[in-house]
Amino acid sequence: MKSLSTITSTAVPVHIENVDTDQIIPARFLKATSRDGFGKNLFRDWRFENDDENQQKKDFILNNPLFSGKILVAGKNFGCGSSREHAAWAIKDYGFDVVVSSFFADIFRNNSLNNFLLPVQVSEDFLQQLFSAIEKDPATTLEVDLPAQTISLPSVGLTTTFDINPYKKTCLLNGYDDIDYLLSIRKEIEQHEKNMA
Amino acid sequence: MGKTLFDKIWETHVVQQIEDGPSVFYIDRHFIHEVTSPQAFKGLEQRGIPVFRPDQVVATADHNVPTLNQHLPIKEELSRLQVATLIENCKNHNIELYGLGHPYQGIVHVIGPELGITQPGMTIVCGDSHTSTHGAFGSIAFGIGTSEVEMVLATQCLMQSKPKLMRINVEGELQPGVGAKDIILYIIAQISASGATGYFVEYAGSAIRSLSMEARMTICNMSIEMGARGGMIAPDETTFTYMKGRKFMPQGEAFNEKVSEWSKLYSDQDATFDMEINIAASAIGPMITYGTNPGMGITVTGHIPTLEQIESSDRPSFNKSLQYMGFHPGASIRGQKVDYVFIGSCTNSRIEDLRQVAAFVKGKKKADDVEVWIVPGSKQVEQQAIAEGIDKVFEAAGFQLRQPGCSACLGMNEDKIPAGKYCISTSNRNFEGRQGPNARTLLASPLTAALAAITGKVDDVREYI
Repeated sequence: MKSLSTITSTAVPVHIENVDTDQIIPARFLKATSRDGFGKNLFRDWRFENDDENQQKKDFILNNPLFSGKILVAGKNFGCGSSREHAAWAIKDYGFDVVVSSFFADIFRNNSLNNFLLPVQVSEDFLQQLFSAIEKDPATTLEVDLPAQTISLPSVGLTTTFDINPYKKTCLLNGYDDIDYLLSIRKEIEQHEKNMA
Repeated sequence: MGKTLFDKIWETHVVQQIEDGPSVFYIDRHFIHEVTSPQAFKGLEQRGIPVFRPDQVVATADHNVPTLNQHLPIKEELSRLQVATLIENCKNHNIELYGLGHPYQGIVHVIGPELGITQPGMTIVCGDSHTSTHGAFGSIAFGIGTSEVEMVLATQCLMQSKPKLMRINVEGELQPGVGAKDIILYIIAQISASGATGYFVEYAGSAIRSLSMEARMTICNMSIEMGARGGMIAPDETTFTYMKGRKFMPQGEAFNEKVSEWSKLYSDQDATFDMEINIAASAIGPMITYGTNPGMGITVTGHIPTLEQIESSDRPSFNKSLQYMGFHPGASIRGQKVDYVFIGSCTNSRIEDLRQVAAFVKGKKKADDVEVWIVPGSKQVEQQAIAEGIDKVFEAAGFQLRQPGCSACLGMNEDKIPAGKYCISTSNRNFEGRQGPNARTLLASPLTAALAAITGKVDDVREYI
């Protein structure tokens, strides 16, 4: 079952700001009618030359075999632009469980939470320390502890806390989704409709 | 303490407040389209539940439709399947669909207001970030993801935390040749592409009040480009005049009753906002973007910032952006050659936009090496343009009038700008690859785009009118 708790993993640093959802998954790959398989087109135009999967762009981090893991670390204002949930699906499908940034766009944050992809917002300072540590040593491990709401770099003894809505935290820890809850209060919704009519 | 316009609508739509959590928020109108809805319907089917309030859902096909030969089957297999899936889902769940071939088909944010489905005081969502457009009528309207589309289909509700509120006052008179698109590009350039993240924005002030409804829609449309979930404008006489008599509006006395109700929708004088920004309309010139986010905008007569003007931590992104665009720090943008002109999208594809462009280009011809696409926002806009002879003006100018859809705004169908080419576009996003892999987008108003179509380059429209 989908749920999140503590994630200990190496990380992939996408050291770029204002990463918009068109970069995460270009519109021409939104033609599917299912939620599966978007990972192979994650950051499509940054990963491949001439839209060709056989021509990897060597300088893009996802193509660098030294970097891997379940945690994506990215520059500020991550996920801006289009509301396409396909962006969250692509990141999750590629194998990430956590995205760390100093700032997230609102819709992307919601979409991530609805797909058990944890957005962890840290200070710009902390983010820069993460980038330096990971870029210096790709084997650096990060620990994201959702119950304690902390993110740590054990190798340098660095820890900070992050915010998450308590309701959403419960959902992520237990694998609940909003629809289950909304369906359970259908009577209240119908009552609201009557009151407003 | 007084209430804001946002508060007044928010409060009447909260079904339940979860302790330490979001509110259960009721949605009056839900627009859906072919790209962000199929997985939501699949989710309902997996749960074995029906659409809760099909009468409050309206569908159209816009993102992924061709803009030529719409009467023929869609050539591309995946696109054809996506549109067919929408048709089937709407049929199975009794949802009204204005699909290809229907006289009401068009871009979702153009048809809602045009048909009178969008009304003041409503809560409106769609799986599209430009749903903020509908806020021009004094509604709370915002974009949602597909999981949320599923929630609304299943329960007509969303889990929402109340956003912070910002008011942007634009006071005074605009210069001739400067319009709504320039206002919003100017605001975004001032506060950046993330400057309103976490906020809902109300636009106010004499310059906003003096705008037509279609111009107000252009402003609210781009709220998301500064990170705001939505934008809104209090309804007034301009709003009521626009709405009167539209297809799904209450008619006659019922309409008048509604007007007295809607007239109460404004921010009280003593209402407070978490942030307030004041802008002088006279300071705004014709705007153009030079970079790869909508906050990277300058006046057409201005210069791209120099490296010294950019904070050192932002320089790598700035350089990456200019490299993509083929521009240099400190350079002037006036005179920049363009290869394509795209006039369309939910930002600027309404009849007023087309009229303004037609009035400007009448009797003129496009530059030889420029390709010009005009994509009307809806079938109704297209028909109106033909009835007014605007199609003939475009034809004589060498412009291509296409059929309604989102088209080259997002390059999801075949309307893509080739790699390396410059496109001056009336759309809303200049992201890398947005209009096609390696395409270079310059966002501008319909007038500035029309001028570029004629001269083949970026120029100052104030000197031509």
